[in-house]
Amino acid sequence: MTAVRERETTAAAIRREHRLRKHLALTLLAAAAIVALTYVLPPFRNYQLATVGAYLCVTAGLTVLVGLNGQLSLGHGALMATGAYTLALMQDADPNLPLSIAVAVLVTTAVGAVVGLAAARLRGPYLAGLTLAVAVVVPSITSTFDTTFNSDQGLSVAVDPPPLALGYDFPYERWQAWIAWTGALLTMLLLANLTRGRFGRNLKAVRDDEAAARLAGINVGRTQVIAFVVSAACAGLGGALFAVLAQSVSPGAFPLTLSLFLVMAIVIGGLGRLSGAVWGAVLLVALPASTHSVTDSIDVSPAVAQRLEGNLPLAIFGVVLIVVMLAAPGGIASLKERFRHEKSKARARRARRAGPDNRLQ
Amino acid sequence: MDRFVFLTFDGLSRGAVYAAFALALVLIWRAARIVNFAQGAMAVATAYAGYSVASATGSYWLGFAVALAGGLLLGAAVERVVMRFVDHSSPLNGVVVALGLVLVIQAVLGMIYGNEFRPAETPFSRDAYDVGGIALLSDFDLFVFGAVFAVVGLLVLLFTRTAVGLRMRASAFAPDVSRLLGVRVSGMLTLGWALAAGVGSLAGMLVIPTELGLHPNAMDIVFVSSFTAAVVGGLDSAVGAVAGGLIVGLLLSYVSGYLGATVAPMAVLVLLLVVLLGRPGGLFAHGKERAA
Amino acid sequence: MTALLETAELTAGYGGAPVLHDIRLAVPEGEIVAVLGANGAGKTTLLRTLSGLLRPIRGRVSFDGTDLRGTRVEQMVRLGIAHVPEGRGVVTELTVDENLRLGGLWRRDRKDAQRALDEVYELFEPLARRRRHPGHQLSGGERQLLAVGRALVGRPRLLLLDEPSLGLAPRITAQIMALLRTLRDSTGLTVLLVEQNVRSALSVADRGVVMALGRVVATSDAATLRGDDDLRHAYLGF
Repeated sequence: MTAVRERETTAAAIRREHRLRKHLALTLLAAAAIVALTYVLPPFRNYQLATVGAYLCVTAGLTVLVGLNGQLSLGHGALMATGAYTLALMQDADPNLPLSIAVAVLVTTAVGAVVGLAAARLRGPYLAGLTLAVAVVVPSITSTFDTTFNSDQGLSVAVDPPPLALGYDFPYERWQAWIAWTGALLTMLLLANLTRGRFGRNLKAVRDDEAAARLAGINVGRTQVIAFVVSAACAGLGGALFAVLAQSVSPGAFPLTLSLFLVMAIVIGGLGRLSGAVWGAVLLVALPASTHSVTDSIDVSPAVAQRLEGNLPLAIFGVVLIVVMLAAPGGIASLKERFRHEKSKARARRARRAGPDNRLQ
Repeated sequence: MDRFVFLTFDGLSRGAVYAAFALALVLIWRAARIVNFAQGAMAVATAYAGYSVASATGSYWLGFAVALAGGLLLGAAVERVVMRFVDHSSPLNGVVVALGLVLVIQAVLGMIYGNEFRPAETPFSRDAYDVGGIALLSDFDLFVFGAVFAVVGLLVLLFTRTAVGLRMRASAFAPDVSRLLGVRVSGMLTLGWALAAGVGSLAGMLVIPTELGLHPNAMDIVFVSSFTAAVVGGLDSAVGAVAGGLIVGLLLSYVSGYLGATVAPMAVLVLLLVVLLGRPGGLFAHGKERAA
Repeated sequence: MTALLETAELTAGYGGAPVLHDIRLAVPEGEIVAVLGANGAGKTTLLRTLSGLLRPIRGRVSFDGTDLRGTRVEQMVRLGIAHVPEGRGVVTELTVDENLRLGGLWRRDRKDAQRALDEVYELFEPLARRRRHPGHQLSGGERQLLAVGRALVGRPRLLLLDEPSLGLAPRITAQIMALLRTLRDSTGLTVLLVEQNVRSALSVADRGVVMALGRVVATSDAATLRGDDDLRHAYLGF
């Protein structure tokens, strides 16, 4: 290697190490904050917090796939179902949670690889259509093999109570939140590192201009497949965590709407930024919760209330999504970006400096 | 052998519906280069409207007409109010907006009508006629064939023999040139969406009575099957859509009949995978030369 | 002679950056005016601005005394302006007959539209022979005839013609130029002819406008332009 090349490689390695350290520090900080939060919040809020964590695994992976890599998957709900059902079956065989989660992730990764290999060759509406078909069709597998999967009734998930070491009356919801957020923070750490380096640049290059990326020597097909597989693994983890939280799995818990919800959430949260995934996960929990309190407060019959409760979040989601897509295709996070950009432009003008626009990516 | 004949006719009857729905998808694809992922939800909405009118007035046919007219209106409305403003620089945007529409439509239907399955009856008997000992087609099947045939025939006449049809085709093939020749291209686009949605509503009214009933998600699997049919035939080809629809209908019928009804959706997925990986242009693809 | 088409301070471009700067033009009725200049001079942009495909940044365009500002593209043909764009714009998926009929669909007077169609078939015998053929089966020359014929079906007063000779053999180019002359003489058609092929253009034009870098650098009658060696060398390359 020439001296220049050696210097470059060393510089890159140092940058990677700094990045890793920075991300680790942030993760530990976040972990500390979450733990503190779980001591402050009442049990139900802890459960909601746990749900946000589980969703975050999925939305983070999906953001990488859709936002950074430009592959639109409408089938991640089915991948969540894969992780969830695998976990249920594993726990049924032997209630070892870390092992069950690991196997769930592995199985979903395998499924993701199959779909991803097909998806890598597709673009635009063809890809959307294929993943939509996966979302619609996969739940019906539970009916075909109904002895294993118990068809529509689903399976219950056996989960051990919190370890005695934490204390006799350690609230169950707090334990759930810890489990969920361990998964979520690990996912965020992994994805943050993965996407800040060369792989992240490749992802975006392929998204922005496939032909140019190919010319630059990037193996487009392989990038696409890896992105899909990574996002599938995250979805599998999220699904497994869901099964743990809900303590049951059924096809009704993973309808097509869930896959659409996930896409909506990351679009509104902000494509292409992992912070957008956090927004998305929060939205997925906060919106149904707040419509629930709205329907509780207004005076309607229980039948009507049930109709509203199930559907109002969907309606609001759909409307917000349409409005966001028409007004700001980059999502909420991009609006903040744009606002920051405008502010810095104004500042530069005021200071009369011809400084370059540091466009963040 | 009897079973095979029965399944074949049943498959063709189903296939006719998928053909119509696939045709709706192809119409919009050719006019606007968008796959209308909201087509199924739109069809369900108009079916609900149709059946509401039918039960309120006691006349199925009035409800049927309302459903079709509703489709025309809804298609035009969706194009004018939503799709027109989509930023087409990324093909994902149109898809995501359509999915937002799906959520809204299905949710509103759930809020108004609830999420239970509602009965969807027709005045036609669904008992198959016995021809030489083999159960063949029912009155309803004949109605399906007749309706789809009529609609396809009307569309062919419209596009090949009328001035409006010529304008619509020109607008789809060469929008800028058409504008220079005085064609109101944006109006033709709206008309295209209206027609496509009308055809979609027809397909909905024809298929929903054969399923579990009226339900906000009733057309989800129909969309997937029809999308597969359109892909099999080639998204650019109307003839392909019809052929693809019949192929998918037959496939589903045979798989349901010989392997079990729950396996049928998977067969669709497998077919879709095979076509997308093997011949993504479809069976009837022809290179499209744009205006030169 | 009154000017059928006039522009003043016409400035237009793409994405905010002007390509045309302060164009002043006057096209008299019943004349063939050639717009000449090298590639990138802005000739095509000029035609696109005149027919409304491009909205001007600044300036005025008036046709027969009417201000064209804000007029939509679809309206132009109804006013009497026909634009045969760069590349001809033959809709290759449609037949010759369908392409021609397309040119007259906007007419309220269906009888006259049919008459115009018949006249075009009479004038362009190759098109009459191939009326059922799809556009993509036509040769370059036939496509040019089709594009012009389609414009004529609408009985325009002003024909904006963008590089008709492009990719055509000299014999065919000559035929098309002769055709323009015939149309001007017999029907009083006004033509604004953008051309790279200066000799052909000046052979039929009454006057010429020379453009460079988005501006008009010379306006004169065709004979003078043909004789002005310096001008030709500087802007027209020969």
